[in-house]
Amino acid sequence: MVKQCAVTKKTVKDGKEIIVCDETRSKLLPVLQGIQQKKGYISDKDMQETADRFGIHPVEVYSVVTFYAFLTSGPKARHTIRISNCMPNIMAGSGKIQKEFEKALKIKKGRPGKYKNIVLEETGCIGMCDQAPAALIDGELVGNITPKDVKDIVRRLSKKPLTRRDYA
Amino acid sequence: MADNKAFARETSRAPVSQRRQETGEIKKDAIGGDITVNIDGIAVKVAMGTTILEAARMVNIKIPTLCQHDDLCLAGVCRICVVEVDNERTLQASCSYPIFGPINIRTYSPRIRRARRNIIQLLLRNHYGECYSCARNNNCELQVLAKEYGVTSYKFGHIKAPRYDKDQSSYAVERDMNKCILCRRCVRTCIDLQEVGALEAVHRGAGTKISTYMDMPLNDVVCINCGQCINRCPTGALKAKDPAEGIWKAIEDAKKHVIIQTAPSPRAAIGEEFGLKPGTSVTKKLNTAIKRIGFDKVFDTNFTADLTIMEEGTELLLRLKKAIAGKDKSVRLPQITSCSPGWVKFIEHFYPGRLGHLSTAKSPQQMFGAIAKTWYAERNNIDPADIVSVSLMPCSAKKFECQRPEMNSSGYKDVDYALTTRELAGMIKECGIDLPNLPLSDFDDPLGTGSGAGLVFGATGGVMEAAIRTAYELVTGREAPFENLRVMPVRGVEGIRKAQIIIKDTLEQWKFLEGVTLKVMVAHGTANAKKVMDMLCEGQLDDYHFIEVMACPGGCIGGGGQPIPTGPDIRGARIKAIYAEDESLVLRKSHENPVVKQIYEQYFKEGPCGHLSHKLLHTGYTARGKWINVKKTKRGPGSGS
Repeated sequence: MVKQCAVTKKTVKDGKEIIVCDETRSKLLPVLQGIQQKKGYISDKDMQETADRFGIHPVEVYSVVTFYAFLTSGPKARHTIRISNCMPNIMAGSGKIQKEFEKALKIKKGRPGKYKNIVLEETGCIGMCDQAPAALIDGELVGNITPKDVKDIVRRLSKKPLTRRDYA
Repeated sequence: MADNKAFARETSRAPVSQRRQETGEIKKDAIGGDITVNIDGIAVKVAMGTTILEAARMVNIKIPTLCQHDDLCLAGVCRICVVEVDNERTLQASCSYPIFGPINIRTYSPRIRRARRNIIQLLLRNHYGECYSCARNNNCELQVLAKEYGVTSYKFGHIKAPRYDKDQSSYAVERDMNKCILCRRCVRTCIDLQEVGALEAVHRGAGTKISTYMDMPLNDVVCINCGQCINRCPTGALKAKDPAEGIWKAIEDAKKHVIIQTAPSPRAAIGEEFGLKPGTSVTKKLNTAIKRIGFDKVFDTNFTADLTIMEEGTELLLRLKKAIAGKDKSVRLPQITSCSPGWVKFIEHFYPGRLGHLSTAKSPQQMFGAIAKTWYAERNNIDPADIVSVSLMPCSAKKFECQRPEMNSSGYKDVDYALTTRELAGMIKECGIDLPNLPLSDFDDPLGTGSGAGLVFGATGGVMEAAIRTAYELVTGREAPFENLRVMPVRGVEGIRKAQIIIKDTLEQWKFLEGVTLKVMVAHGTANAKKVMDMLCEGQLDDYHFIEVMACPGGCIGGGGQPIPTGPDIRGARIKAIYAEDESLVLRKSHENPVVKQIYEQYFKEGPCGHLSHKLLHTGYTARGKWINVKKTKRGPGSGS
C-alpha cells in the first residue's frame, strides 16, 4: 500500500483553516497513486483538492495525471486489462494474445465491445519478462497467458461481483 | 549576468537543477573561481557555473535558441542550441550546460549544422499553418531559424490538416495549438513568472500538447488575460484577439464619431514595430499616424491617469482619515491599486476575501470611456450612441476589462474596443504610413492634456510616484521632497520595493496625518504580487498604507500587447524613455492638470469621490475564487490518459 503524504502543517488564511502539505512536490505522485488505488480514478474534485494541498495549480496535477498511464482522470470501466508490449512479450506472442482478447471482448478498432465494463490497454514493461506474455489485470500480475486462458479471464471478469471500489 | 533578471530567479518553482544558474561575482578565494574556456578558438574567462550559452554571448558568438528566454528558468527541451564539447560523445545543449572545467567548445561544424537543421525540420513536420496568414509572419523565431539554417524542403514531411481546434473562448488570448512547438515558454511564464497556472503540458510522447486544466476553454479556467505568454511565444500559437475589423468598420461609417485614447506605454514601444530601437518614444508622430488612419479625435489616457490619481488618492486619504482620526478598525488598509486589469482578476481569483483592499477607482482606460460618453459627448453635442471609443493599450487584459458587464456606467459600453500596440502597428502599416518619418502633431482638446505623473503610470512604481507627488502636496502644501520630482525609492526593477515618507507640517484639514510615516510598497509581476498578498494575509503589512501592483513584469511597458520580443533590456529601455519624456514636460503633477481642475469645477462638482464621480469613475469587483467548474463547460472533462 502506498503511504499517503503526512499532513501536519495547518495555517490560517482569511479566517479559514487550510491544510498545507509539509512535503515537497515529490510526494505528489504517491498521493495520486493512493487516490487511484482507493477510487479507481482521480476525479476533478480530487485533482483540485490535491493541488490546493500542495500549493500548486490544478493544471499541474492534471499534467501529471495525464502523463502516467496508470493514473486516470475519469472513470473508465470496472476492470482494466493491461497487456505488456515490451520486446520479450512481443517475441512470446503478446500480439496474438491481444487479438484473442479483442475477439473475446468483441472489440473492433478500439471501440468498446460487448463487455463495456472491461477495458483493454497496452502498457510498457511490467517486469514479467520471464513469464511472457504477461498482463496486469486490475492491478494483479498474470503471466504465461495462453490463448486458451483468454476466454476464461474474460468470463471471470464479467462475472466478478461489484466491489466497494466500483461505487466510488 | 545582469541583475535585472530578478524574476525567474526569485519566483521559479522549477526543480533546483533547472533553475537559472546563479553566477554573479565569485570571490577570489572561492573553490573554482574563474575558468578560461575556448569557444570557437576564442578564450573566454567565465565564473564557474556559467552556461556555455552565456559564455558565448559574452564574446558575441550567437547560438540559436528557441525554448530559452531571458525572463524564464532553464528548460533545455528544444535542443536547437546544441554545440560540440571536446571529449563529450554527443552534442550538448549549450543553454543548460554549466561550465565546470576548461573545455573546448565548437558552436558550428557540419555535424552541428546538420543536427540543427534536422531539429528545425522535425519541428516543421508538426507545425501546421501558412506563414502568410499568421499574425507572427516576419516576427517568428521558427521562421527565422528555418531561413538561417537553410531549410528548403520538408525533409520529414509536413502536416496537411489541423490537429486541434482553435481556442477562441477568451476575450484576450487566442490559442492555436497547431502552431505550437512545445517549447514550454508559455508554461514557464504562466507558472513561474506569473504564478497563475493556466497552462501546462499534458499527455506524453507524441500526444503531448500544451493545454489548460481538463482541456477546458481558456475562458473557463483561471486565466488573468495578462498575455505574458503571447509575448514569449516563439511562434504564432498564442495571439491576442484582434479587434481591428470592427474598428475599420466604425472608421468607414460616416455617422460614427471614432475617438481613441493612447496610453503612455505603447507610445514608448510602437517604434519597435517599425524598426526603431527600443526606448524610442514616438508620441507626437503617432498622433499624426492615428489621424491619417481616420480616427476623428486622438486623446491622451494620461488625462484619466491624472483623474485616477485624484480619485484613488482621495480615497486613500479618506481611508487614512477614518483609520487614524476616526480610529475605525473596519477600514481596509493598505489600499491596493486597481489600474491593472490582470492584477484585478488575479486578486478576484486567488484572494477573493481581500477585495476590500482594492481601490474602487476604475482604471484610466475605463474612466476615459465613461467620461468620453458623458462629459465629452454633452460638451460637443454628440449622441453617445454614435461615439465609438477605442483605446490603445499595451495590455491584452484590457480587452477583457472593457467587456466586463459592470463597465457601462455612462449608459453605454464605456470602451468599445481595446487595441494593443501590435495591432495598431498593423493598422498603420496597412495604410502604408511610415511612422518614423511623420510630422509631429498634438493631442486634441479637451481630453488630450495629461501630466508627467500620468505618463509614468507606464513604468512599475509609476502610480506610486504620481500618487506621492500629488498626495504630499495636497496634504502639506509643499512639493514632494525629491530632487526634480524623481521619487527614486519607488523606481527600479526589483520585484518588490518598499519605501516610506514622513509627513510633517501638514495643512489644517489634514492635521491627523502630522508626523505619520506613510509606508508604501510596489510590486510588479503577479508572482511578486502573490508574495505581497501572502504577507498581507499573514498580517505583516498591517502598518502599510498603499501598495501598487502591476500584473506584468516591468509594469505596463512590459504588457502583453507590447511588441515582441520582450526582455529585461528592452523593458529597461522603454522605462527610460518614459522617465525621460516625463522630465521633458512642464506639467508633472496630476492635481495641476488644468483639464482635471476644469472637470471638477464643471462636472464632478462634489469633488473627487463625490456622488457623480462614484457613479462614473468607480466600480466593484467579483469574488471569483479559484475553483474551476468543470461541469459548466460543454466539452466536459477529457477521457483521461
